[in-house]
Amino acid sequence: MLMLVSYDVRTTDSAGRRRLRRVARACLDHGQRVQFSVFECEVDPAQWVALRARLLKEIDPDHDSLRFYHLGADGKRRIEHVGAKAVLNLEGPLVV
Amino acid sequence: MRRYLNTLYVTTEGAWLRKDGANIVVELDGAERMRVPVHMLGGLVCVGRVSASSALLGFCAESGVTVTYLNTSGRFLARVEGPVSGNVLLRREQYRRTDEALECAALARCFVLAKILNQRTVIRRALRDHAPDMAATSLDALEAAERRLTDTARRAQLPQSTESLRGIEGEAAQVYFAVFGYLIRGDSDTFRFEGRSRRPPLDPANALISFLYTLLTHDCRSALETFGLDPAVGFLHRDRPGRPSLALDLLEEFRPVLADRIALSMINRRQLDTRDFRIMENGAVLLVDDARKKLLTTYQERKKEEISHPFLGEKAPFGLMPHLQAQLLARTLRGDLDLYPPFVWK
Repeated sequence: MLMLVSYDVRTTDSAGRRRLRRVARACLDHGQRVQFSVFECEVDPAQWVALRARLLKEIDPDHDSLRFYHLGADGKRRIEHVGAKAVLNLEGPLVV
Repeated sequence: MRRYLNTLYVTTEGAWLRKDGANIVVELDGAERMRVPVHMLGGLVCVGRVSASSALLGFCAESGVTVTYLNTSGRFLARVEGPVSGNVLLRREQYRRTDEALECAALARCFVLAKILNQRTVIRRALRDHAPDMAATSLDALEAAERRLTDTARRAQLPQSTESLRGIEGEAAQVYFAVFGYLIRGDSDTFRFEGRSRRPPLDPANALISFLYTLLTHDCRSALETFGLDPAVGFLHRDRPGRPSLALDLLEEFRPVLADRIALSMINRRQLDTRDFRIMENGAVLLVDDARKKLLTTYQERKKEEISHPFLGEKAPFGLMPHLQAQLLARTLRGDLDLYPPFVWK
């Protein structure tokens, strides 16, 4: 299933910048960065539980915000992209 | 149903692969070219001069990603294997059956039979779709081959030794490849097929087929490993050091359907021409880089097409078929199925 994860992490102090890095890293491990703080993650339910738990552990709920959008099994169909930042179709042929 | 996992093919000379978090990162001259989270992948195939960090290789082994190295002509070079996993009882049963002449032949028969029937289907499909445009000679030859394959398939069904099964398989291969050239449409000289040649392939069509067989072997062996079978101990193919005999057994069912058909459709759709091949001094024909990428893309796309599994009756992508067959084979060895149902394409 395709999940869209977006976040805002307050980076006014060094602890915040650390949280930002760690949130980004968790998303990057499971999906693809499509904009600065927006990730598309193709995960199965078990992987999603793990990713979600990891994200919740990293953030500080008083200052940061996380949004999860469940796009479902045919999530690709619900996405339209315009402009720069080409993304890779990870389910298509991967040949470099 | 298992998810169909993608395979990453790295064919760019001098590429460097490293691990970053849970990602596989492909670098070229220090610049990042691709980044793939490992949970999307079931396999990693490195073609030509491609290197990888040891951290990445260890990580792939741990995450169940099969890593295979091929040279630029598609010849298998090496694979990287993690700790042996899977079910020891299942493997013991596999070894026991390969040692037992009768049981071994019973399984080998399934593979041979499916291969012959699938070869016949390739010919039948061509007859069905293109018979009106064919020259009388090729039409006759194809129809005769179709009848002879029916006959060999009938003989393959009889109980017999593995040795005589190999004979029947060889006979079918001869019949099939003798008419394979007639399946190539158009009158281009590039793709005239004069019979199977390998090590090295001596013409473009053979080069294509050989490369596809190697890719398919990679997929078959990782399918077997996923279900805890030992890909090195086969029924039809005898044990030989370094040879993935069981993967080759499983491959037999899929050769005509996946590899041969893809080669044929690429040729007949004019997706390749003379410029896509290079002839070496010893007569070997190699694919050039671009052609290899085209081939890999077509192969990956074909594997995403959904078909209905002939035995299970479920819809699944083509690329999952070797996995489903490996699972059925494991079930047969466990005794849950009386006889292994090979993949027979309709």
